[in-house]
Amino acid sequence: MKTSEQSLSNAVTIERKNFDALFASLIKREYQIVGPTQRDGAIIYDIVKSSNDLPEGWAEEQNAGTMRLKRRNDKALFGFNSTVQSWKKFIHPPSQRLWQTKQSSGKPAIIPEKSKKQKLAFLGVRACDLAAMGILDKVFTDSPFTDTGYRIRRSDILVIGVNCTQAGGTCFCASMNTGPAISSGYDIVMTEIVEKSRHYFVVEKGSKVGEEIIKELPSAEANVYEIEGAEELVNKTSSAMGRKIDTTNIKELLSRNSENQRWQQNAQRCLTCGNCTMVCPTCFCTTIEDVTDLTGREANRMRKWDSCFTMDFSYIHGGSIRPSVYSRYRQWLTHKFAAWHDQFGTSGCVGCGRCITWCPVGIDVTEEITAIRMSDKNNPSITLSKENK
Amino acid sequence: MTVTLEKLTKDIVPSQEMIPEYFRIIRTQKNTHDTFTIELEPPKNGFSFAPGQFNMLYMFGVGEVPISISGDPSDRNTLTHTIRAVGSVTRAMQKLKKGDFVGVRGPFGTHWPAEESKGNDIVIVAGGIGLAPLRPSIYHILSNREKYGKVVLLYGTRMPKDILYRKELEQWRARFDLEVLATVDRAASDWKGNVGVVTTLIPRSHFDPPNTVAMVCGPEIMMRFSVQDLLKRGVPVENIYVSMERNMKCGIGFCGHCQCGPTFICKDGPVYPYNAVKDIFIKREI
Repeated sequence: MKTSEQSLSNAVTIERKNFDALFASLIKREYQIVGPTQRDGAIIYDIVKSSNDLPEGWAEEQNAGTMRLKRRNDKALFGFNSTVQSWKKFIHPPSQRLWQTKQSSGKPAIIPEKSKKQKLAFLGVRACDLAAMGILDKVFTDSPFTDTGYRIRRSDILVIGVNCTQAGGTCFCASMNTGPAISSGYDIVMTEIVEKSRHYFVVEKGSKVGEEIIKELPSAEANVYEIEGAEELVNKTSSAMGRKIDTTNIKELLSRNSENQRWQQNAQRCLTCGNCTMVCPTCFCTTIEDVTDLTGREANRMRKWDSCFTMDFSYIHGGSIRPSVYSRYRQWLTHKFAAWHDQFGTSGCVGCGRCITWCPVGIDVTEEITAIRMSDKNNPSITLSKENK
Repeated sequence: MTVTLEKLTKDIVPSQEMIPEYFRIIRTQKNTHDTFTIELEPPKNGFSFAPGQFNMLYMFGVGEVPISISGDPSDRNTLTHTIRAVGSVTRAMQKLKKGDFVGVRGPFGTHWPAEESKGNDIVIVAGGIGLAPLRPSIYHILSNREKYGKVVLLYGTRMPKDILYRKELEQWRARFDLEVLATVDRAASDWKGNVGVVTTLIPRSHFDPPNTVAMVCGPEIMMRFSVQDLLKRGVPVENIYVSMERNMKCGIGFCGHCQCGPTFICKDGPVYPYNAVKDIFIKREI
């Protein structure tokens, strides 16, 4: 990890009018650039070819169960918070053929899916989503087995991070210690600053490739005011989070509260639609389906995103292990915030807030965890805080 | 634009562990009204596994299921699985014949401490098809019989018609170095054996509890009460092992389906020391 002094001396500024030089440099290096773009009333990640494709001057208002685009009173390129989907869909595709099999007279043939490397540049990765990519890395590459496809997709990705300079209504990365400042895992990191008379980026390198790209861009050495200005914006964001969670001993808290009344209360609202798992940047569960042709002589093994909110997810002979709504919500939340620590040595939540925004009935994880903590019979801090009052 | 994206992320080779190999069926056998055994011929170099491990078996065009290996671990040239026809995949497999092919990935998961328990008494408690994942352990123990103390097999099924490996059980029961007790939950008047749940056999069998290793496999409710009775007789809790079952799509820790509390059954199980999963037995819908 770099010290802050080193990064101080490395930082440069790039003016908005020169920002497209970054696209030129990436295209020259044969990167396909994926970045935020405004479409169908939302901001999504897709292929972008120039800064014209970026959601200039757009922001979103997010709250439990709602998201609405709105115009900013400036022309910020990254003036929004979290998009509908994270970058997960590019490194862990929603639907993917694993292999094909064809019936013949003797042994059926197996045709594995062919490898095709692609160079992707992720432009505008937020701290929470970058942390989520680190978590997926642990799931797919840091275990007894490695998902080869994931490793190949992930290895060629250039990460251009953007520090958040405002917090969204459902954001709580500060509580999960993942943001709003990006601290590692990037090739280039930027902070966008929009002033009355000047629109520029404070840019730092995070890797050799990142350094080479920055060198090609029209830039100036950043002065101490510019650097401090950028830091101040990010620090302010940290204290303006829309949501927060107390994560103290959260694993133990959830483990001993598996029969808390709150799960049942929440089940009155939860529709088990699985939206939270689809938008979550770390939910990795998949199912595999056979898709056959009409002759029945050819089958495709398709791996697809799955959700622990379906009845099928835990189905074994005789029925589902988790038939009730409360048990499925409990499974999701307890896995994300508690079991994940046992399995991968990290929380599964990065505080991006998507599950809160995209829940059709506005169930809020931060509210649920707080409610469980407040009703936890074994929590010494509750009695303590009551005494303090 | 969306089309380009699909192209970007589609054509990549998945984990090699996700790709099975087709094994030829050399023998099929009907065990009971709903269970059958298939013996497969490993294509080359034989097939090694430890007692208690499982394979992902693929039925052409239908799907894949996790099935414990039920054969002799010392026989590297035959891979045996005993399967109960309960779902779309297993019902399709029931129709397979000699010469047909089954896709195999594995072996996966943890194993029974059969080798590690030499010098101890062994109690094997099986319920229903739970005898199948334990059979490799029995084979291993019997082929190294002098290395173990007393060996007890307690077997319970719902009805006499559900008894697996009946001929083999009779052969085992005829041995002087193996105590085999069987019981059924209910039976017609022509049944001459024990009636009652498998736990009723635990107080009646002969072993030295402090020096006993217990291996238990069957429905969760059966394992829960068997463990209670083993503890009551004084078997140390750390010597009790159980085998768990959950939905499974990959077998290698990526699909998330087999989570059992904080563990993945495919990687951390299916065989667990009882202590590692005891919460699962007392919490509902975990």
